[in-house]
Amino acid sequence: MARRVLAINPWPGLIVAGLVTFFSLGTLLTVALRADSFGALDHFDWASVRFTVVQAFWSAVLSVGLAIPVARALARRSFWGRGALITLLGAPFILPVIVAILGLTAVFGRSGIVAYLLNLAGLEPISIYGFHGVLLAHVFFNLPLATRLLLHGWVSIPAEQFRLAGALNFTSQDTFHHIEWPMLRTLAPGILAIIFLICTTSFAVALTFGGGPKATTVELAIYQAFKFDFDIGKAALLAGIQFVICAIAAIASLWLHVPQAVMSGQDRIVQRFDTGRFRLKVLDAVWIVMASLFLIVPLLAIVMQGASSVMSLPEAVWTAALRSVLTAVTSAGLSLVFALALALAAIRWQWLEGVGMLSVAASPLVMGTGLFILVFPYVDPASIALAVTALVNAVMSLPFVLRSIGPAVRSSEQQFGLLSDSLGLVGWARLRLVILPRIRAPMGFSAGLAAALSMGDLGVVTLFARPDGATLPLQIYRLMGAYRMDQAMGAALLLLLLSLVLFYLFDRGGRAHAVS
Amino acid sequence: MLCLKNVVVQQDDFRLQANFDIPTRRRVAVLGPSGAGKSTLLSVLGGYLATTSGRVLWQGLDITDQPPSQRPIATVFQDNNLFPHMTAVQNVGLGIKPSLKLSPKQTEQVDDALRSVELGDFGQRRPAALSGGQQSRVALARLLVQQKPLILLDEPFSALGPSMRSDMVDLARDIGARAGATLLMVSHDIKDVEHFADDVIWVEEGMCQAPLPLADFLNHPPQGFKDYVGD
Amino acid sequence: MKYSLTLAASLMATSAFADPLTIYAPDYFGSEWGPGPAIKAAFEETCDCEIEYVTGDLLPRLLLEGARTNADIAIGFNSDVTKKARESGLFVPHGVDMSPLTLPLDWTDDTFLPFNWGYTAFVYDNTKITNPPTSFAELVNSEEDWKIAIQDPRTSISGLALILWGKQVFGDDAEAAWAKLAPKVTTVTKGWSEAYGMFTDGEVDMVLSYTTSPAYHIIAEEDQSKSAALFDEGHYFMVELAAKLKTTDQPELADQFMAFIMDEKFQKLIPTANWSYPAALPKEQWPTEFSQLNYPEKAIFLNEDEAAALRDEAIAEWRAAFSQ
Repeated sequence: MARRVLAINPWPGLIVAGLVTFFSLGTLLTVALRADSFGALDHFDWASVRFTVVQAFWSAVLSVGLAIPVARALARRSFWGRGALITLLGAPFILPVIVAILGLTAVFGRSGIVAYLLNLAGLEPISIYGFHGVLLAHVFFNLPLATRLLLHGWVSIPAEQFRLAGALNFTSQDTFHHIEWPMLRTLAPGILAIIFLICTTSFAVALTFGGGPKATTVELAIYQAFKFDFDIGKAALLAGIQFVICAIAAIASLWLHVPQAVMSGQDRIVQRFDTGRFRLKVLDAVWIVMASLFLIVPLLAIVMQGASSVMSLPEAVWTAALRSVLTAVTSAGLSLVFALALALAAIRWQWLEGVGMLSVAASPLVMGTGLFILVFPYVDPASIALAVTALVNAVMSLPFVLRSIGPAVRSSEQQFGLLSDSLGLVGWARLRLVILPRIRAPMGFSAGLAAALSMGDLGVVTLFARPDGATLPLQIYRLMGAYRMDQAMGAALLLLLLSLVLFYLFDRGGRAHAVS
Repeated sequence: MLCLKNVVVQQDDFRLQANFDIPTRRRVAVLGPSGAGKSTLLSVLGGYLATTSGRVLWQGLDITDQPPSQRPIATVFQDNNLFPHMTAVQNVGLGIKPSLKLSPKQTEQVDDALRSVELGDFGQRRPAALSGGQQSRVALARLLVQQKPLILLDEPFSALGPSMRSDMVDLARDIGARAGATLLMVSHDIKDVEHFADDVIWVEEGMCQAPLPLADFLNHPPQGFKDYVGD
Repeated sequence: MKYSLTLAASLMATSAFADPLTIYAPDYFGSEWGPGPAIKAAFEETCDCEIEYVTGDLLPRLLLEGARTNADIAIGFNSDVTKKARESGLFVPHGVDMSPLTLPLDWTDDTFLPFNWGYTAFVYDNTKITNPPTSFAELVNSEEDWKIAIQDPRTSISGLALILWGKQVFGDDAEAAWAKLAPKVTTVTKGWSEAYGMFTDGEVDMVLSYTTSPAYHIIAEEDQSKSAALFDEGHYFMVELAAKLKTTDQPELADQFMAFIMDEKFQKLIPTANWSYPAALPKEQWPTEFSQLNYPEKAIFLNEDEAAALRDEAIAEWRAAFSQ
C-alpha cells in the first residue's frame, strides 16, 4: 500500500544499526585483520560446534516449553505476592556466572538440598554433572526470561477476546486453541531463537555442569585460542563460525515467524471465564510453585552463604558496587535509546530489527579485543574503561530490549498511527505523547533487564580494567582469587540484591500508573 | 468546494475511481456494499493513502500531496479514536496542539467542547472508564476544537446501539453546523442516512458516483442499492 | 567529567613524579587483596618515584600492544607462557644478580626473573578424607570414592600444570591414567576460583590447587581442616616471573625495580599476600605456618621448550580420556 508520510525521523535508527554492526561484526573484522594466520580447525573444534548447537537447541526448547504453562498460570491467576514473584523470577537471568554456579550446586549438587532430600527419602542422589546438568543450568537462567516475554504476550491479548470466549462457553482447551495458541505461534519462535543464541555463547556454566571437556562450546575454544594460544586468527575464525550458527538460528526464527495481527483493546485487566474449575486451579498452582522453587531456592542458597559477611565487606567492594550501579544505569539508558531508535526505524525497514539482534551472537572476548585494538593507539584504554563498559553492555543487552519493546512500538503504531497522523502528532510529540506511554511497561521491564545484565557482566572489561576501577563482579573474582570465599559470597549477595533492586525499580516504574 | 479530479487508486487488483465535486457545507453520506471502496475513498481524502493518479482540491487549492495533519480535514475513525492512556481532556486537547502545551484560553476551549457534548464532569477520565457513547462524544468534542472545514466520519458509531447511534449522528450534524463544516459520513444504516444527509454518494465496485440529493437518490435508487437494502 | 579530567590533569602536572613506573600485572596481583599494593608502597619508600599498575590479561595485552606499549615492567608470567613472550622480542635481559634465589632448582634465565613459586597439589578436607593418597598413582588407581574438582588445561594455568605433571609422571600411559582418574573427577571448571569455591562449599572433597593453599586457611581463618596431599613422584613446580620491557622509557627505574624483586622487603610480602613461596628468601625466614606445612620432596619442572613440545599432545590425551 502506498503509505504516506513517515512520522518519525529514521536516521537515529540507521545510526544505531551502524553502531551495532560495528560493535559486533566490525570488532570481529578488526581482530581478523590483526591476525597473522588462521589456525586450522581440528576435530575437537568441530565437536565443540556440534555440542554448542545441540545443547543450545535443547536448552531453548525446554526453557520455552516449560515457560508456557508457567506464564499461563501467572497470567490467569492473581494471588498475594504475584508482583514480587514476577520480579524475583527475573533474578537468575542476571546472576554473574560464578555466583549462579555456586548457587545451583548448593541446591542440585552432590551435597546440595535435593541430594539431601533424596537421601531422606532413601533414594540414590542424582548427579547434576553431565548433559542434563548443562540443560538444567541453562533452563535455570532462561526459563524466567521466556516466562516474562510470554507473560507480555498473554497480557497483550485483548480482554474482549476472553470475554468472547466466555460468551461462547469455551473450555480451557478451546481458549488455548483459538486465542492463546495464535499468540504463542507469533511469539515463541522469536523467544526460542533468542534463548538459543544466549546459550550458544555459554561457556563456564556449560563446562562446569557438563562435568568435563565433552561439554566444550565454541566460546571456550575462542577463550583458549585468545588467552592461551594467543592465536587471535583462530579466535576470529571461531567467532565467525559462532556468527554463522547464530545467523542460521535467526533466519530460522524469521522463517517460522508469523506476523502479529493487530490486537486492539482498551487495556483492561485480563479477566478470564474459563479458569474456574478446581482441577485447573490446582494445575496452575503446581506450575507456579514448582517454577518458584526451582528458581528461588538457589537464590536463597546464595543469600544464606553471603548473609554472614555482607555487612562487613571491605570498602573497596562498596565503591565497586557504586561504580557498577552507575554503569548499569547509564547502560540501561543507552540501551533503551538505541532500541527505541531501531524499533521506530524498523517500522519502515523491518530488517533493522535483525541488525539489532546481531550482538547476541558476538563473543564478548572478541568484541573487547577488537575495541582494544582500535582504541589503544589513540587513548589509554583504562581511562575510558567505564564508558566502554556502559556502551558495550548497552549493545549487548539491545537484543533483549528490542525483543521486548519492538512489538509494543509496532502495535502502538498500528493502532494509533492513523489517529496520530490526523492530529499532526509527529516527531518528538508523537514519541512523548503516544509511543512512550504506550510502551511504558515493556520499557520498564527491559530497562531493568539491561541494568541488571550490566551489573552482572564481566565480559569485555578485562582488557580495559584498572586496579582501582573494578566493577562488582570483578571484585568478586578478585576476592575468590585471594581465597576470600566468604567475602566473595557476601559480595555476590550484594550484587544479587543490587541487581534485583535496580530491576524492580525500573520494572515498577514501567508498571506504575498503568492504564486501567 | 471539494473537487476530486479523475482520482484513481490502484491497490493490487482493486481500483477506486472518483471524479466529482462536493459543495461547501453539505452533509454527504457515502453508501455502498461492503468492500466497495467507501473507506478507501475516505482514506484518500484524509491523506492516509496516496492516489495513483488524479488530484484532490479544496477551495481550489491542490491538497493531493499534503500530509494528513496539514489538510483542512478532521477524521473520526471506526475505532481507536482515543488514546487509552490519556484523559478525555488530553484526548480533546490534542485537537488544538499535538504537544498538549495549551494556553489557559485553549484549556478553556477544551472544557467548553466537553461541556457541549455533556461531558463537562468527565474530563479527567480515561477511555476505559467511559461508556461507548461517551467515548464517541469525546471524539466529537475534539472535532469542535479542531475547527477544520471538512469532517470525515468513517462509520464512527457502528459499535453503538440504534438509538444511541442516532443521537450521535444528530450531535455530529450539530457540530458540523456549528463549525460551518462540510461533512462526509460512511454509514450502513439507511435510517441514519435519512436523518443526516443532504446528498448521497453511491460507491460500488470501486466506482464512486457523483453526489445526488437524498430525495433523488431514494426515488431513483441504483440497482445495487436495491439489492443492498434487500427489496 | 570534564571537571574531573581537568582536575586530574592539574594534579598530574603538579605531581613530583610526572611519569610513573608502569607495571603490567594479572588482575589478582594489583587488587586490594593481592601483593601489589604492599609492594608498591615498599618500593616507593626506596625511590623518589611512583608505581602505576595496569591489570588484566597480561600477555594477550602486551602482544596486542606490541612495541607501542606503555609498560616498563611486566610481572606475573607463568613459566608455561614465557616461550611465546620471549619470541615476541618485547623483553630485554634484566641484569639482576640471581644468587639470592632459593628455588628448589637452578634458575638461569636472564630475561624472566622469578618472584614467587609454588607446587601444584590436590588439597583436601582432612575431616572427610583421613587416608589421603600418597602418590599420583594412588590417586589414580585408588578404589576410594573421592570427589575431585580440577581446572581445564585449555583455560586455566593450574589446569595445564596438572596435565604436564601427569604427563611427566605417567609418560606414555598418561591417557590411561586420566581415564582411570576421570570417574573420580566430579567436574572440570574454567578457572581456579570456580573449582576452589566448590571445594570450600563442600561440593567436592578434593581440589586441584597448591601446596600453599592450606596456609591461607590456617593463617587467615585459623582453620586447620585443609591439607595438601603430598605425592611420592614429586610435584609440578610453578613459578611466576617478571621481565623488563625493551621499550621502557625509564630503564634505570625499571632496573631498580627488577633488583628490588630480590630484596628481602619484597620477598617477605609474598607468603601472606600471594599465598605462595617467596623466590629469594631462605626457608627459615618464612612465616612459621608456611615452614610447618608439609613440603614436597621433589620438584617436577618442564622448561618452556619442553612444556611447549608436550602441551598439545598432553591436552589431547587428557581430552580424549575425559570425553569418554
